[in-house]
Amino acid sequence: MAVPASVQMAAGPGVGLPRVDPETRRRMRRRVKRRRYAMVLLFMSPWIVGFLVFLLYPMLSSLYFSFTKYDLLKSPQWAGLFNYRFMFTKDPQFWQAMKNTLWIIAVGVPTRIVFAIFTAALLARRRRSIGVYRTVYFLPSMAPAVAATLGFVYLLNPATGPVNRFLGLLHLPKPLWFFDPMWSKPGLVLLGLWGVGDAMIIFLAGLLNVPAQLYEAADVEGARGWQKFRFITLPMISPVIFFSLVIGVIDGFQYFTQAYVAAAAISGPGQINFVGSPQGSTMFYSVYLFSQGFQEFHMGYASAMAWVLFAVTMICTVVLIRLSRRWVHYQGGFR
Amino acid sequence: MGPLPGRFPIATVTVPRPLIAPSIAARPVPPGVRRQRFLVGVANHAVLIAVSVFFVAPLVFVVLAALMTDRQSLGQSVWPHPFHWSNFTRVFHLVPLVHYTLNTLTIAGLSTLGTVLSCVPVAYALSRMRWRGRNAAFLLVLATYMLPFQVTVVPLYIIFVRLHWIGSFKPLIIPSFFGDAFSIFLLRQFFMTIPEELSDAARVDGGSELQILTRVIVPLAKPAIVAVALFNFLYNWNDLFAPLLFLGENRKLWTLTIALSQFQGLHHVDWNLMMAASVLFMLPVIVLFFLAQRAFIEGVTLTGTKG
Repeated sequence: MAVPASVQMAAGPGVGLPRVDPETRRRMRRRVKRRRYAMVLLFMSPWIVGFLVFLLYPMLSSLYFSFTKYDLLKSPQWAGLFNYRFMFTKDPQFWQAMKNTLWIIAVGVPTRIVFAIFTAALLARRRRSIGVYRTVYFLPSMAPAVAATLGFVYLLNPATGPVNRFLGLLHLPKPLWFFDPMWSKPGLVLLGLWGVGDAMIIFLAGLLNVPAQLYEAADVEGARGWQKFRFITLPMISPVIFFSLVIGVIDGFQYFTQAYVAAAAISGPGQINFVGSPQGSTMFYSVYLFSQGFQEFHMGYASAMAWVLFAVTMICTVVLIRLSRRWVHYQGGFR
Repeated sequence: MGPLPGRFPIATVTVPRPLIAPSIAARPVPPGVRRQRFLVGVANHAVLIAVSVFFVAPLVFVVLAALMTDRQSLGQSVWPHPFHWSNFTRVFHLVPLVHYTLNTLTIAGLSTLGTVLSCVPVAYALSRMRWRGRNAAFLLVLATYMLPFQVTVVPLYIIFVRLHWIGSFKPLIIPSFFGDAFSIFLLRQFFMTIPEELSDAARVDGGSELQILTRVIVPLAKPAIVAVALFNFLYNWNDLFAPLLFLGENRKLWTLTIALSQFQGLHHVDWNLMMAASVLFMLPVIVLFFLAQRAFIEGVTLTGTKG
């Protein structure tokens, strides 16, 4: 960095530092600071522009659209609370989508967490040859959602699918899976369990982090396997359970790809309004939002739905955080 | 370490390891205990293998279905007879698969490039430079990650309509040049772990912030950058929602995900061809996974999610 000319070197002997008059020093410091802030601004600029253009502005205008009727052709027309009132009181499809979404969250998220803990615990118990099993358990979660869904539609197809053939061999009832409104959502839950790998990896890391002394101490006290799991393992991995719950709820409200692909795959050729098939049983919140906004071009209504989605997600997250204080155990007593 | 919650507080103090004399440690295990251990080991393995079947069987059956003849795939058989490898070439004749692959690669490649180029400096400013408001800015970045895409998607669509970007790759590529909250978060977490002394040494030598970033931080943060690139590439390779929305009816621009999701509706083909297309689509991802398995698993562990 160039030293300004105004900096005067100390003349007298015995003084090791350059003596600068206070005014110059202040100016120098300000200049260095300004430079640093210019650099910060430069480095941050991609995000700042992105935040303003692709986030803040769309967010505000979506809030505005939610109070209007807007079909892209004519300019938005102010409608007050109409969209919201219609949604809550006059739109049975909205409530169906809401119910479907709550169903998949209430059933899908806990089963996935239990299965993730189960598989992670299986892996954590073995010290050797864990690598192969870990790869096998994790691999399905890498399968692209579109391909995995198509695969499951085939596997679960009522007439020729391997799963129903297997059930037939065992003389068990053979559900129609994705063709039956009662069984389409369980089929999707099964698909979610198959891709449990990413949750499993986090639980595995959590399980391997539980200090071994705790188990040794429990052994000394004569604790049994289940007691050790209940009173050591579960509290120690409770932060991971909490994290998976929150992520599961957030993702659940945005559940789209699997439902869309499954509905498309079971509908015959030339079907345009296949979303939600069969009989609206896979009409989830985000699917309905997509169909309202980008198939029907009810932009105002879709915006209102998006804000309700945001609000509901936020409320669920806050409730989960509140409840978590009772059962989530952080190491070191931090709560 | 406080007392564990629960009805029976188990030991709250660490019990010192009992001193075991070598002679006792070397004593042979009684046969009863050994048998029990052996049985537990067998049971464990049995469960591990049973669960493996649950994970592997779907893949196996999908691949088998992809190798069946048309008639066979309509029937009850599970094992292809004969192996009909030509399904994989027939798919290419049925759908312009090469074209869709190039589209997908263009979108995924360019938006990955954009994400890395834009997120590295932002993460640097959020972790390695000292300025007032840095923590607040970081929290804001995290908050934007929580915002559902649905909230901004309608106005974004309208903006892209006005810009005449709908029906082109632009809506899928250009926004990624302006930062992505998840990638910034991942990179920032990694940059934080690099010792401050390294940048300080470079500063003393008169290095500018840009030089420190490109010569010190980026080489050290290569694993994290690779992870970000991988996650972004895969996200774009697998994404259906955004392409479906922004590429619209223009079939020339379709990605593989759109093509696959419309496969049945447009061609009404048998399972064998549909599974062949799915396998082809899955294959690069699986290969990529085996090449970079450690990066994936470490990335998931570091951030808690796959992005």
